[in-house]
Amino acid sequence: MLKRNLVLAAVVLFGLFLAGCQSKTEKAPREAVKPPAVKDVILATTTSTQDSGLLEVLIPDFEKKTGYKVKPIAVGTGQALKMGEKGEADVLLTHAMSAEKPLVDSGVAVNYKLIMHNDFVVIGPENDPAGVKQAKDSAEASKKIAEKGSVYISRGDDSGTHKQELSIWKVAGINPKGMKWYQETGSGMGQTLNVANEKQGYTLTDRATYLAQKKNLKLVIVAQGDKALLNIYHVMQVNPEKFPKVNGAGAKAFVEYLVSPETQKIISQFGRDKYGESLFYPDAGKKAEELGKK
Amino acid sequence: MELVWDGMVKAFELLLRGDREVLGITFLTLQVSGLATLISVIIGVPLGVFLALAVFPGRNVVVSIVNFGMGLPPVVVGLWVSIFLWRSGPLGFLNMMYTPGAIIVAQAIIASPIVTGFTIAAIGQLNHKIKLQILALGASRLQLLWLLIREARMGLIAAVIAGFGGVISEVGASMMVGGNISGYTRVLTTATVMEVSKGNFDIAIAISVILMLLAYTITFALTMLQQKDRHS
Repeated sequence: MLKRNLVLAAVVLFGLFLAGCQSKTEKAPREAVKPPAVKDVILATTTSTQDSGLLEVLIPDFEKKTGYKVKPIAVGTGQALKMGEKGEADVLLTHAMSAEKPLVDSGVAVNYKLIMHNDFVVIGPENDPAGVKQAKDSAEASKKIAEKGSVYISRGDDSGTHKQELSIWKVAGINPKGMKWYQETGSGMGQTLNVANEKQGYTLTDRATYLAQKKNLKLVIVAQGDKALLNIYHVMQVNPEKFPKVNGAGAKAFVEYLVSPETQKIISQFGRDKYGESLFYPDAGKKAEELGKK
Repeated sequence: MELVWDGMVKAFELLLRGDREVLGITFLTLQVSGLATLISVIIGVPLGVFLALAVFPGRNVVVSIVNFGMGLPPVVVGLWVSIFLWRSGPLGFLNMMYTPGAIIVAQAIIASPIVTGFTIAAIGQLNHKIKLQILALGASRLQLLWLLIREARMGLIAAVIAGFGGVISEVGASMMVGGNISGYTRVLTTATVMEVSKGNFDIAIAISVILMLLAYTITFALTMLQQKDRHS
Protein backbone atom coordinates (compact mmCIF):
# COMPACT_ATOMS: atom_id res chain seq x y z
CA MET A 1 0.00 0.00 0.00
CA LEU A 2 2.72 2.40 1.06
CA LYS A 3 4.72 1.61 -2.04
CA ARG A 4 1.80 2.32 -4.31
CA ASN A 5 1.10 5.57 -2.54
CA LEU A 6 4.69 6.71 -2.85
CA VAL A 7 4.78 5.82 -6.53
CA LEU A 8 1.53 7.71 -7.00
CA ALA A 9 2.96 10.74 -5.21
CA ALA A 10 6.05 10.60 -7.39
CA VAL A 11 3.99 10.40 -10.55
CA VAL A 12 1.81 13.31 -9.47
CA LEU A 13 4.84 15.45 -8.65
CA PHE A 14 6.48 14.60 -11.93
CA GLY A 15 3.27 15.46 -13.73
CA LEU A 16 3.19 18.82 -11.97
CA PHE A 17 6.75 19.40 -13.08
CA LEU A 18 5.95 18.64 -16.69
CA ALA A 19 2.85 20.81 -16.56
CA GLY A 20 5.01 23.61 -15.21
CA CYS A 21 7.52 23.26 -18.03
CA GLN A 22 4.71 23.41 -20.52
CA SER A 23 3.23 26.60 -19.17
CA LYS A 24 6.63 28.26 -19.54
CA THR A 25 6.88 27.51 -23.22
CA GLU A 26 3.35 28.74 -23.76
CA LYS A 27 4.36 32.21 -22.75
CA ALA A 28 5.91 32.99 -26.13
CA PRO A 29 4.61 36.25 -27.55
CA ARG A 30 1.44 36.02 -29.56
CA GLU A 31 2.42 38.50 -32.21
CA ALA A 32 4.71 37.63 -35.07
CA VAL A 33 7.89 38.79 -33.37
CA LYS A 34 11.04 37.18 -34.66
CA PRO A 35 12.22 35.00 -31.76
CA PRO A 36 15.68 36.04 -30.57
CA ALA A 37 18.55 33.55 -30.42
CA VAL A 38 19.10 33.84 -26.66
CA LYS A 39 15.85 34.77 -24.95
CA ASP A 40 16.82 35.42 -21.36
CA VAL A 41 18.02 38.87 -20.44
CA ILE A 42 19.19 39.34 -16.85
CA LEU A 43 18.50 42.84 -15.64
CA ALA A 44 20.23 43.81 -12.40
CA THR A 45 18.56 46.84 -10.96
CA THR A 46 17.85 48.87 -7.87
CA THR A 47 14.98 48.05 -5.53
CA SER A 48 13.21 51.34 -6.25
CA THR A 49 12.30 50.32 -9.81
CA GLN A 50 10.62 47.19 -8.44
CA ASP A 51 9.14 48.58 -5.24
CA SER A 52 7.59 51.53 -7.09
CA GLY A 53 5.98 49.17 -9.59
CA LEU A 54 7.67 50.63 -12.69
CA LEU A 55 9.21 47.33 -13.79
CA GLU A 56 5.82 45.62 -13.76
CA VAL A 57 4.74 48.07 -16.44
CA LEU A 58 7.87 48.20 -18.58
CA ILE A 59 8.98 44.56 -18.65
CA PRO A 60 5.79 42.94 -20.00
CA ASP A 61 5.65 45.66 -22.67
CA PHE A 62 9.27 45.05 -23.67
CA GLU A 63 8.76 41.29 -23.74
CA LYS A 64 5.70 41.64 -25.93
CA LYS A 65 7.46 43.94 -28.37
CA THR A 66 10.72 42.01 -28.70
CA GLY A 67 10.14 38.40 -27.66
CA TYR A 68 12.88 38.53 -25.03
CA LYS A 69 12.32 37.28 -21.52
CA VAL A 70 13.62 39.65 -18.88
CA LYS A 71 14.75 38.33 -15.51
CA PRO A 72 14.81 41.35 -13.23
CA ILE A 73 16.97 40.91 -10.15
CA ALA A 74 16.10 43.77 -7.81
CA VAL A 75 19.03 44.39 -5.50
CA GLY A 76 20.74 47.58 -4.42
CA THR A 77 22.69 49.61 -6.97
CA GLY A 78 25.99 48.54 -5.37
CA GLN A 79 25.20 44.85 -5.80
CA ALA A 80 23.75 45.39 -9.28
CA LEU A 81 27.00 47.04 -10.40
CA LYS A 82 29.00 44.19 -8.84
CA MET A 83 26.92 41.71 -10.83
CA GLY A 84 27.81 43.71 -13.93
CA GLU A 85 31.51 43.68 -13.06
CA LYS A 86 31.42 39.89 -12.84
CA GLY A 87 29.38 39.47 -16.00
CA GLU A 88 26.49 37.92 -14.03
CA ALA A 89 23.96 40.31 -15.52
CA ASP A 90 23.37 41.47 -19.10
CA VAL A 91 22.02 44.93 -18.50
CA LEU A 92 22.04 47.26 -15.50
CA LEU A 93 19.57 49.96 -14.49
CA THR A 94 21.04 51.85 -11.56
CA HIS A 95 21.18 55.27 -9.91
CA ALA A 96 24.61 56.19 -8.59
CA MET A 97 26.64 58.06 -11.21
CA SER A 98 29.83 58.17 -9.15
CA ALA A 99 29.79 54.39 -8.78
CA GLU A 100 28.73 53.79 -12.39
CA LYS A 101 31.55 55.84 -13.86
CA PRO A 102 34.38 53.36 -13.08
CA LEU A 103 32.50 50.62 -14.93
CA VAL A 104 32.06 52.81 -17.98
CA ASP A 105 35.71 53.94 -17.86
CA SER A 106 37.03 50.40 -17.58
CA GLY A 107 34.86 49.25 -20.47
CA VAL A 108 32.82 46.80 -18.38
CA ALA A 109 29.70 48.81 -19.15
CA VAL A 110 28.95 50.07 -22.64
CA ASN A 111 26.05 51.86 -24.26
CA TYR A 112 25.62 54.01 -21.11
CA LYS A 113 22.41 55.99 -21.42
CA LEU A 114 20.57 58.47 -19.24
CA ILE A 115 16.99 57.26 -18.77
CA MET A 116 15.15 59.29 -16.18
CA HIS A 117 15.40 61.08 -12.90
CA ASN A 118 13.35 61.90 -9.92
CA ASP A 119 14.59 63.16 -6.60
CA PHE A 120 15.42 62.04 -3.15
CA VAL A 121 13.54 63.52 -0.25
CA VAL A 122 14.34 63.60 3.44
CA ILE A 123 11.37 62.34 5.39
CA GLY A 124 10.75 62.33 9.10
CA PRO A 125 8.11 62.43 11.84
CA GLU A 126 5.28 64.93 11.46
CA ASN A 127 6.35 66.93 14.54
CA ASP A 128 9.88 67.26 13.10
CA PRO A 129 11.83 67.04 16.40
CA ALA A 130 15.12 68.17 14.82
CA GLY A 131 13.55 71.16 13.10
CA VAL A 132 14.73 69.98 9.70
CA LYS A 133 12.02 71.90 7.87
CA GLN A 134 13.87 75.15 8.62
CA ALA A 135 17.07 73.90 6.98
CA LYS A 136 18.02 75.53 3.69
CA ASP A 137 19.41 72.37 2.11
CA SER A 138 19.97 68.65 2.70
CA ALA A 139 23.42 69.13 4.26
CA GLU A 140 22.05 71.55 6.84
CA ALA A 141 19.17 69.16 7.46
CA SER A 142 21.71 66.43 8.25
CA LYS A 143 23.55 68.76 10.63
CA LYS A 144 20.35 69.53 12.51
CA ILE A 145 19.53 65.83 12.86
CA ALA A 146 23.04 65.12 14.17
CA GLU A 147 22.95 68.05 16.63
CA LYS A 148 19.64 66.91 18.08
CA GLY A 149 20.65 63.27 17.96
CA SER A 150 17.29 62.37 16.39
CA VAL A 151 16.90 58.80 15.16
CA TYR A 152 18.16 58.44 11.60
CA ILE A 153 17.57 55.25 9.66
CA SER A 154 20.14 54.51 6.98
CA ARG A 155 19.89 51.90 4.23
CA GLY A 156 23.43 50.77 5.03
CA ASP A 157 23.42 48.42 2.04
CA ASP A 158 25.71 50.13 -0.47
CA SER A 159 22.70 50.95 -2.64
CA GLY A 160 22.39 54.09 -4.75
CA THR A 161 20.32 55.76 -2.06
CA HIS A 162 22.86 54.80 0.59
CA LYS A 163 25.71 56.23 -1.50
CA GLN A 164 23.72 59.43 -1.93
CA GLU A 165 23.07 59.63 1.79
CA LEU A 166 26.76 59.18 2.60
CA SER A 167 27.73 61.95 0.18
CA ILE A 168 25.30 64.31 1.93
CA TRP A 169 26.85 63.50 5.33
CA LYS A 170 30.22 64.21 3.78
CA VAL A 171 29.09 67.63 2.57
CA ALA A 172 27.71 68.30 6.04
CA GLY A 173 31.10 67.34 7.50
CA ILE A 174 29.67 64.68 9.80
CA ASN A 175 30.60 61.05 10.18
CA PRO A 176 27.45 59.45 11.61
CA LYS A 177 28.78 55.89 11.59
CA GLY A 178 28.64 54.37 15.04
CA MET A 179 26.52 57.15 16.56
CA LYS A 180 23.74 55.92 18.82
CA TRP A 181 21.03 57.73 16.86
CA TYR A 182 22.29 56.42 13.50
CA GLN A 183 20.86 53.00 12.61
CA GLU A 184 21.55 50.93 9.52
CA THR A 185 18.93 48.47 8.24
CA GLY A 186 20.96 46.79 5.50
CA SER A 187 17.74 46.29 3.53
CA GLY A 188 15.89 47.68 0.54
CA MET A 189 14.09 51.02 0.45
CA GLY A 190 10.64 49.63 1.16
CA GLN A 191 11.78 47.71 4.20
CA THR A 192 13.81 50.69 5.43
CA LEU A 193 10.73 52.93 5.20
CA ASN A 194 8.86 50.43 7.36
CA VAL A 195 11.65 50.56 9.94
CA ALA A 196 11.86 54.37 9.88
CA ASN A 197 8.10 54.51 10.32
CA GLU A 198 8.11 52.21 13.35
CA LYS A 199 10.99 54.08 14.97
CA GLN A 200 9.69 57.47 13.87
CA GLY A 201 13.10 58.38 12.52
CA TYR A 202 14.41 60.46 9.66
CA THR A 203 15.55 58.81 6.46
CA LEU A 204 16.52 59.57 2.89
CA THR A 205 14.31 57.97 0.25
CA ASP A 206 13.69 58.22 -3.45
CA ARG A 207 10.40 59.96 -4.09
CA ALA A 208 8.93 57.08 -6.10
CA THR A 209 9.18 54.49 -3.33
CA TYR A 210 7.98 57.05 -0.78
CA LEU A 211 4.88 57.90 -2.81
CA ALA A 212 4.16 54.25 -3.47
CA GLN A 213 4.25 53.51 0.28
CA LYS A 214 2.90 56.75 1.66
CA LYS A 215 -0.41 55.14 2.59
CA ASN A 216 1.31 53.11 5.33
CA LEU A 217 3.62 55.80 6.63
CA LYS A 218 3.33 58.40 9.36
CA LEU A 219 6.30 60.24 7.93
CA VAL A 220 6.28 63.47 5.94
CA ILE A 221 8.70 65.18 3.61
CA VAL A 222 10.88 67.54 5.64
CA ALA A 223 13.51 68.51 3.07
CA GLN A 224 13.53 68.44 -0.71
CA GLY A 225 14.54 70.34 -3.79
CA ASP A 226 18.28 71.01 -3.64
CA LYS A 227 20.63 69.74 -6.28
CA ALA A 228 22.32 67.21 -4.02
CA LEU A 229 18.99 65.38 -3.93
CA LEU A 230 18.73 64.64 -7.65
CA ASN A 231 18.28 60.94 -8.32
CA ILE A 232 19.48 60.03 -11.78
CA TYR A 233 18.93 56.65 -13.40
CA HIS A 234 21.17 55.27 -16.12
CA VAL A 235 20.94 52.07 -18.09
CA MET A 236 24.00 50.29 -19.46
CA GLN A 237 24.92 47.09 -21.20
CA VAL A 238 27.48 44.75 -19.73
CA ASN A 239 30.19 44.51 -22.38
CA PRO A 240 29.67 41.21 -24.26
CA GLU A 241 33.24 41.39 -25.55
CA LYS A 242 34.53 41.06 -21.99
CA PHE A 243 32.07 38.37 -20.93
CA PRO A 244 31.18 35.92 -23.69
CA LYS A 245 28.17 34.57 -21.77
CA VAL A 246 26.48 37.97 -21.68
CA ASN A 247 23.43 38.33 -23.89
CA GLY A 248 24.62 41.39 -25.81
CA ALA A 249 21.78 41.50 -28.32
CA GLY A 250 19.11 41.27 -25.64
CA ALA A 251 20.79 43.90 -23.49
CA LYS A 252 21.08 46.25 -26.47
CA ALA A 253 17.41 45.74 -27.26
CA PHE A 254 16.52 46.64 -23.67
CA VAL A 255 18.62 49.82 -23.73
CA GLU A 256 17.05 50.83 -27.03
CA TYR A 257 13.62 50.08 -25.65
CA LEU A 258 14.16 52.31 -22.60
CA VAL A 259 15.34 55.32 -24.61
CA SER A 260 12.65 55.01 -27.29
CA PRO A 261 10.10 57.86 -27.31
CA GLU A 262 7.21 55.48 -26.63
CA THR A 263 8.82 54.06 -23.49
CA GLN A 264 9.84 57.51 -22.32
CA LYS A 265 6.20 58.48 -22.56
CA ILE A 266 5.14 55.46 -20.50
CA ILE A 267 7.73 56.47 -17.87
CA SER A 268 6.44 60.04 -17.72
CA GLN A 269 2.86 58.83 -17.27
CA PHE A 270 3.69 56.15 -14.72
CA GLY A 271 2.05 56.72 -11.36
CA ARG A 272 0.04 59.79 -12.37
CA ASP A 273 -3.31 58.07 -12.11
CA LYS A 274 -2.50 56.65 -8.69
CA TYR A 275 -0.48 59.40 -7.00
CA GLY A 276 -1.49 62.49 -8.93
CA GLU A 277 2.12 63.16 -9.90
CA SER A 278 4.77 61.48 -11.98
CA LEU A 279 7.16 59.19 -10.14
CA PHE A 280 9.92 59.50 -12.74
CA TYR A 281 10.83 62.17 -15.30
CA PRO A 282 12.10 60.82 -18.64
CA ASP A 283 15.46 62.19 -19.75
CA ALA A 284 16.61 60.16 -22.76
CA GLY A 285 18.95 62.18 -24.97
CA LYS A 286 19.70 64.77 -22.28
CA LYS A 287 22.96 65.21 -20.45
CA ALA A 288 23.09 64.48 -16.72
CA GLU A 289 24.80 67.83 -16.05
CA GLU A 290 21.82 69.69 -17.49
CA LEU A 291 19.40 68.20 -14.98
CA GLY A 292 18.32 70.35 -12.10
CA LYS A 293 19.16 73.59 -13.91
CA LYS A 294 15.60 74.65 -14.40
CA MET B 1 -5.79 43.89 13.82
CA GLU B 2 -7.93 45.33 11.07
CA LEU B 3 -4.98 44.62 8.80
CA VAL B 4 -5.07 40.92 9.62
CA TRP B 5 -8.77 40.75 8.82
CA ASP B 6 -8.21 42.63 5.55
CA GLY B 7 -5.47 40.15 4.72
CA MET B 8 -7.72 37.15 5.42
CA VAL B 9 -10.48 38.60 3.28
CA LYS B 10 -7.96 39.32 0.54
CA ALA B 11 -6.63 35.75 0.70
CA PHE B 12 -10.04 34.24 0.11
CA GLU B 13 -10.79 36.83 -2.52
CA LEU B 14 -7.59 35.95 -4.40
CA LEU B 15 -8.30 32.23 -4.13
CA LEU B 16 -11.98 32.37 -5.01
CA ARG B 17 -11.48 34.79 -7.88
CA GLY B 18 -8.77 32.45 -9.13
CA ASP B 19 -6.21 35.26 -9.40
CA ARG B 20 -3.89 33.96 -12.10
CA GLU B 21 -0.75 35.41 -10.63
CA VAL B 22 -1.34 34.09 -7.13
CA LEU B 23 -2.43 30.68 -8.42
CA GLY B 24 0.69 30.56 -10.58
CA ILE B 25 2.92 31.39 -7.61
CA THR B 26 1.14 28.81 -5.45
CA PHE B 27 1.46 26.14 -8.10
CA LEU B 28 5.14 26.90 -8.65
CA THR B 29 5.79 26.74 -4.91
CA LEU B 30 4.14 23.34 -4.70
CA GLN B 31 6.06 22.12 -7.72
CA VAL B 32 9.47 23.38 -6.62
CA SER B 33 9.23 22.33 -2.99
CA GLY B 34 7.53 19.06 -3.92
CA LEU B 35 10.28 18.11 -6.34
CA ALA B 36 12.99 19.21 -3.93
CA THR B 37 11.42 17.01 -1.25
CA LEU B 38 11.15 14.11 -3.68
CA ILE B 39 14.86 14.43 -4.55
CA SER B 40 15.77 14.64 -0.88
CA VAL B 41 13.76 11.46 -0.22
CA ILE B 42 15.52 9.67 -3.06
CA ILE B 43 18.88 10.68 -1.59
CA GLY B 44 18.04 10.75 2.10
CA VAL B 45 16.11 7.52 2.69
CA PRO B 46 18.70 5.11 1.20
CA LEU B 47 21.53 7.08 2.78
CA GLY B 48 19.76 7.12 6.13
CA VAL B 49 19.01 3.39 6.00
CA PHE B 50 22.64 2.72 5.10
CA LEU B 51 23.97 4.85 7.92
CA ALA B 52 21.55 3.30 10.39
CA LEU B 53 22.59 -0.26 9.56
CA ALA B 54 26.20 0.01 8.46
CA VAL B 55 29.14 -0.53 10.74
CA PHE B 56 32.32 1.23 9.73
CA PRO B 57 34.94 3.37 11.46
CA GLY B 58 33.95 7.02 11.66
CA ARG B 59 30.25 6.23 11.26
CA ASN B 60 29.34 8.39 14.23
CA VAL B 61 31.23 11.31 12.75
CA VAL B 62 29.28 10.96 9.48
CA VAL B 63 25.99 10.77 11.41
CA SER B 64 26.95 13.85 13.40
CA ILE B 65 27.62 15.72 10.15
CA VAL B 66 24.18 14.70 8.86
CA ASN B 67 22.58 15.84 12.10
CA PHE B 68 24.43 19.13 11.84
CA GLY B 69 23.19 19.47 8.24
CA MET B 70 19.59 19.28 9.46
CA GLY B 71 20.01 22.84 10.65
CA LEU B 72 21.78 24.23 7.57
CA PRO B 73 20.80 27.89 7.26
CA PRO B 74 19.00 28.36 3.91
CA VAL B 75 20.88 31.60 3.18
CA VAL B 76 24.19 29.80 3.50
CA VAL B 77 23.00 27.12 1.09
CA GLY B 78 21.73 29.88 -1.21
CA LEU B 79 25.08 31.62 -1.19
CA TRP B 80 27.03 28.45 -1.98
CA VAL B 81 24.66 27.33 -4.68
CA SER B 82 24.93 30.84 -6.18
CA ILE B 83 28.72 30.67 -6.20
CA PHE B 84 28.56 27.42 -8.17
CA LEU B 85 25.78 28.47 -10.54
CA TRP B 86 26.96 31.98 -11.43
CA ARG B 87 28.14 32.39 -14.99
CA SER B 88 31.66 32.78 -13.60
CA GLY B 89 31.22 29.75 -11.35
CA PRO B 90 32.22 26.13 -12.02
CA LEU B 91 28.68 25.16 -13.09
CA GLY B 92 27.95 28.42 -14.93
CA PHE B 93 27.71 26.63 -18.27
CA LEU B 94 24.46 25.03 -17.11
CA ASN B 95 22.75 28.45 -17.22
CA MET B 96 20.76 27.50 -14.16
CA MET B 97 21.05 30.65 -12.05
CA TYR B 98 17.72 32.42 -11.59
CA THR B 99 15.65 29.44 -12.74
CA PRO B 100 13.18 27.24 -10.85
CA GLY B 101 15.76 24.45 -11.25
CA ALA B 102 18.24 26.42 -9.17
CA ILE B 103 15.69 26.72 -6.35
CA ILE B 104 15.00 22.98 -6.53
CA VAL B 105 18.72 22.25 -6.21
CA ALA B 106 19.13 24.58 -3.23
CA GLN B 107 16.01 23.24 -1.49
CA ALA B 108 17.03 19.63 -2.12
CA ILE B 109 20.35 20.40 -0.42
CA ILE B 110 18.46 21.88 2.53
CA ALA B 111 16.01 18.96 2.82
CA SER B 112 18.36 16.01 2.21
CA PRO B 113 20.12 16.09 5.60
CA ILE B 114 16.73 16.49 7.31
CA VAL B 115 15.32 13.41 5.58
CA THR B 116 18.56 11.47 6.13
CA GLY B 117 18.70 12.37 9.82
CA PHE B 118 15.10 11.40 10.47
CA THR B 119 15.61 8.15 8.55
CA ILE B 120 18.64 7.23 10.64
CA ALA B 121 16.59 7.81 13.78
CA ALA B 122 13.53 5.91 12.48
CA ILE B 123 15.49 2.83 11.40
CA GLY B 124 17.81 3.06 14.39
CA GLN B 125 15.02 2.80 16.92
CA LEU B 126 13.63 -0.45 15.50
CA ASN B 127 14.26 -3.37 17.77
CA HIS B 128 17.57 -4.85 16.75
CA LYS B 129 16.19 -8.38 16.92
CA ILE B 130 13.71 -7.66 14.14
CA LYS B 131 16.56 -7.72 11.65
CA LEU B 132 17.70 -11.15 12.82
CA GLN B 133 14.14 -12.40 12.79
CA ILE B 134 13.52 -11.28 9.22
CA LEU B 135 16.78 -12.82 8.08
CA ALA B 136 15.95 -16.04 9.93
CA LEU B 137 12.70 -16.22 7.98
CA GLY B 138 14.80 -16.44 4.85
CA ALA B 139 14.43 -12.93 3.46
CA SER B 140 16.85 -11.69 0.82
CA ARG B 141 18.85 -8.56 1.49
CA LEU B 142 16.47 -6.40 -0.57
CA GLN B 143 13.45 -7.90 1.16
CA LEU B 144 15.08 -7.15 4.49
CA LEU B 145 15.56 -3.50 3.59
CA TRP B 146 12.02 -3.20 2.32
CA LEU B 147 10.59 -4.77 5.46
CA LEU B 148 12.66 -2.51 7.68
CA ILE B 149 11.47 0.54 5.76
CA ARG B 150 7.89 -0.67 6.10
CA GLU B 151 8.39 -1.20 9.79
CA ALA B 152 9.79 2.31 10.22
CA ARG B 153 7.26 4.03 7.97
CA MET B 154 5.87 6.34 10.66
CA GLY B 155 9.30 7.78 11.24
CA LEU B 156 10.00 7.92 7.52
CA ILE B 157 6.83 9.85 6.76
CA ALA B 158 7.82 12.17 9.60
CA ALA B 159 11.08 12.60 7.67
CA VAL B 160 9.18 13.61 4.53
CA ILE B 161 6.98 16.01 6.51
CA ALA B 162 10.00 17.63 8.12
CA GLY B 163 11.86 17.90 4.82
CA PHE B 164 8.90 19.41 3.03
CA GLY B 165 8.22 21.79 5.91
CA GLY B 166 11.84 22.88 5.83
CA VAL B 167 11.85 23.83 2.17
CA ILE B 168 8.39 25.26 1.62
CA SER B 169 9.00 27.75 4.41
CA GLU B 170 12.51 28.88 3.47
CA VAL B 171 13.04 32.20 1.76
CA GLY B 172 16.77 32.96 1.84
CA ALA B 173 17.89 30.40 -0.71
CA SER B 174 14.92 30.91 -3.03
CA MET B 175 15.51 34.65 -3.09
CA MET B 176 19.23 34.31 -3.81
CA VAL B 177 19.27 31.62 -6.46
CA GLY B 178 15.81 32.28 -7.91
CA GLY B 179 15.81 36.07 -7.88
CA ASN B 180 12.06 36.38 -7.23
CA ILE B 181 11.29 36.80 -10.93
CA SER B 182 7.60 37.38 -11.57
CA GLY B 183 5.87 34.43 -13.22
CA TYR B 184 9.08 32.40 -13.24
CA THR B 185 10.85 32.01 -9.89
CA ARG B 186 8.54 33.91 -7.56
CA VAL B 187 7.38 31.54 -4.84
CA LEU B 188 5.04 32.26 -1.93
CA THR B 189 7.80 33.12 0.54
CA THR B 190 9.73 35.48 -1.75
CA ALA B 191 6.46 37.09 -2.84
CA THR B 192 5.66 37.74 0.82
CA VAL B 193 9.01 39.46 1.38
CA MET B 194 8.50 41.58 -1.72
CA GLU B 195 4.96 42.64 -0.86
CA VAL B 196 6.13 43.65 2.61
CA SER B 197 8.85 45.85 1.15
CA LYS B 198 6.30 47.32 -1.25
CA GLY B 199 4.16 48.16 1.75
CA ASN B 200 1.28 45.95 0.55
CA PHE B 201 0.74 44.36 3.93
CA ASP B 202 -2.74 43.07 3.11
CA ILE B 203 -1.47 41.14 0.08
CA ALA B 204 1.51 39.92 2.11
CA ILE B 205 -0.83 38.54 4.76
CA ALA B 206 -3.03 37.01 2.07
CA ILE B 207 -0.06 35.23 0.50
CA SER B 208 1.16 34.00 3.87
CA VAL B 209 -2.30 32.59 4.60
CA ILE B 210 -2.22 30.78 1.26
CA LEU B 211 1.27 29.48 2.08
CA MET B 212 0.10 28.10 5.39
CA LEU B 213 -3.02 26.56 3.84
CA LEU B 214 -0.84 24.84 1.24
CA ALA B 215 1.70 23.63 3.79
CA TYR B 216 -1.08 22.35 6.04
CA THR B 217 -2.92 20.56 3.23
CA ILE B 218 0.19 18.64 2.24
CA THR B 219 1.10 17.91 5.84
CA PHE B 220 -2.46 16.75 6.52
CA ALA B 221 -2.34 14.33 3.58
CA LEU B 222 1.01 12.95 4.72
CA THR B 223 -0.25 12.64 8.29
CA MET B 224 -3.26 10.65 7.08
CA LEU B 225 -0.90 8.34 5.23
CA GLN B 226 1.24 8.06 8.34
CA GLN B 227 -1.55 7.36 10.78
CA LYS B 228 -3.96 5.33 8.65
CA ASP B 229 -3.22 1.85 10.03
CA ARG B 230 -2.58 2.92 13.55
CA HIS B 231 -5.36 0.75 14.97
CA SER B 232 -4.89 -2.27 12.77
